[in-house]
Amino acid sequence: MPEKLLEVVDLKTYFYTTKGIVKAVDGVSFTLNKGEVLGLAGESGCGKSTTAYSLIRLVPPPGRIVSGKIMFEGKDLLRLSDEEFRREIRWRKISMVFQGAMNALNPVYTVGDQIAEVLMLHKGLTKKEAIEEAKKLLAMVGIDPRRVRSYPHELSGGMKQRVMIAMALALNPPLVIADEPTTALDVVVQAQIMNLMKKLQREYNMSIILITHDLSLIAEIADKVAIMYAGKIVEFGSSEQVYGNPQHPYTQALLRSIPRLHGEITKLEWIPGTPPDLVSPPPGCRFAPRCKRVMDICNKEEPPVIKVEPGHYVSCWLHAKK
Amino acid sequence: MTESSINMFVPKPDEKTVLFVKDLRTWFPLRRGITEILKRAPRRYVHAVDGISFKIQEGDVFGLAGESGCGKTTTGKTILRLVDPTGGVIGYKPRKKLLDEWSELGYEPPVIDEYGDIDIAKIPAKYLKPLRKEMQMIFQDPYGSLNPRYTIYKILEEPLIIHKIGSTKEERYDIVARALEAVKLTPPEEFMERYPHMLSGGQRQRVVIARALILQPKFIVADEPVSMLDVSIRAEILELMMELKQKMNLTYIFITHDLALARYITNKLAIMYLGKIVEMGPTRRVLENPMHPYTKALIVAIPEPDPSNRKIIRELPIKGEVPSAVNIPPGCRFRPRCVTYDNTPEIKKYCEKIEPPLIEVEKDHYVSCWAHGNPEEIIKYMRK
Repeated sequence: MPEKLLEVVDLKTYFYTTKGIVKAVDGVSFTLNKGEVLGLAGESGCGKSTTAYSLIRLVPPPGRIVSGKIMFEGKDLLRLSDEEFRREIRWRKISMVFQGAMNALNPVYTVGDQIAEVLMLHKGLTKKEAIEEAKKLLAMVGIDPRRVRSYPHELSGGMKQRVMIAMALALNPPLVIADEPTTALDVVVQAQIMNLMKKLQREYNMSIILITHDLSLIAEIADKVAIMYAGKIVEFGSSEQVYGNPQHPYTQALLRSIPRLHGEITKLEWIPGTPPDLVSPPPGCRFAPRCKRVMDICNKEEPPVIKVEPGHYVSCWLHAKK
Repeated sequence: MTESSINMFVPKPDEKTVLFVKDLRTWFPLRRGITEILKRAPRRYVHAVDGISFKIQEGDVFGLAGESGCGKTTTGKTILRLVDPTGGVIGYKPRKKLLDEWSELGYEPPVIDEYGDIDIAKIPAKYLKPLRKEMQMIFQDPYGSLNPRYTIYKILEEPLIIHKIGSTKEERYDIVARALEAVKLTPPEEFMERYPHMLSGGQRQRVVIARALILQPKFIVADEPVSMLDVSIRAEILELMMELKQKMNLTYIFITHDLALARYITNKLAIMYLGKIVEMGPTRRVLENPMHPYTKALIVAIPEPDPSNRKIIRELPIKGEVPSAVNIPPGCRFRPRCVTYDNTPEIKKYCEKIEPPLIEVEKDHYVSCWAHGNPEEIIKYMRK
């Protein structure tokens, strides 16, 4: 039996703006086993990053986790105080590779100092020990350890991203969340970073949640895939199931919209319209206004989560028994 | 290989050529530090575009691909003279109307061949304005390229006013309405009074396209027109661009970093590296039979939506990182990153000293690499 690491149950994270309540994450549930890689995919604004920020409790105001459970190693993370969470969970147990490595590093500190800070705070190392440890971490992500003395502007985009990964792995956490870790990087560098993540994941048997809009990238690494749309997961399953046998019309359309380098050139599809306003989403299925196979019921009632095969879930009326 | 079979790429325009460039260079000077000035050190340059040649025929979608910083956008901007070239020829076949307009202004454009091509690189800045009616650009970022304080109507009317098209307000209104309909923002009245922030990314990009096409150009530089959009709506914008190309008889330069996308859209493809074209040819040939080590590496690096990939670590046949465009490596500029160079001792001496020219390796397929063809023969040919 694989060991369950993370279980998210009916998570809701809302933003309380002057224009109304934006339901960015609206009832998201999934589980992740130890050593597994989950790909969380969806278009911009679907709530995938907000889900990630909820997991390490860094949702920026006016956002707030409203309800739900985040069970991690048997503990409900939402019941911990801020201080407990900071001391015991964030970075020690769950760390994050932030989007846009270009801006996530502090420009006035050397990268060595920035990695060392984590080690001094959480492991109680002295500055000297921490810098030594930082060198090892840099070597692990394929950067010359002498670079501890470099400032971020002296590094290329790919190297900065490697530093971000080194920082996320500093405390050897069981779960790493990578939020668009390769956007803004060139394909060659992107492939290098993906290789690095694959190698490290195998070596340390880490769990990773990879968040990206790029379904091709998720296929490079993920064992399981969750497709998000307008604050909800609409399809969840193993990579083979979701890519090989997609069941939700949204997933199907997304996969047909990706240009491919090999095979026959078929007409690229697109999904007409735009995602709904998350302040007042449509009453029934949120995808209904853009769905080709929309039925009466779709506009009235929210679809239940249906198991189409073991481990493969889809939230769509097409699969509901009448 | 006999000497006569060597075919180096030289753009030879004909009556169907819309645009060609020959040895185009765009260098940006660096600011000199005080020590450099005192030492009278020579000025240094960023060699953004460093001697490229290609030819675009009527109706082509010519893809210009490469990683960030390879000079693809600078090439596009130089062709439109948004940036001034340092050297080289930009040959363009103008319409009769444009020539008439210039002669009304008393300007004699620099005709360079018997097909009536003119050299855009030589046109003084003050005579560039009429050219804008023929050549336009679609910008990458639909969030940054529209003035947030202008309504959509004002954004589209502005080029008409500047170029004195439509003598009355009513006439201009009609043209704007038709332009919006052409990009499928219907009903047009509904969009005219909106501001850019009230539109989605896809709708904004349609406005950017409408603005580029409202002057009825014949040549468009599209700089990554869909890279900022969600994958799910990209195909829609691309199809619109292709439809308009048919309707308006357009020719495109399509700048992209996405080779998979280039495969769907372009019919010719040039791969750029550090300011040079390293491989060029019909898109299918370049992608199915890549010959330059850099093209090969790019193709291997592209992820595909196939979950069996997660079991493999991609072997990337490339090393190091892109060097700065200020100090270009001597010889072949790709050499410091080249695996073929490492593994082929017999060509090393050429790679280190002489920049490889673009040589035809199969019909219309050109590669700039010493690993293809006989270097001695090629050098002899170059000397002639």
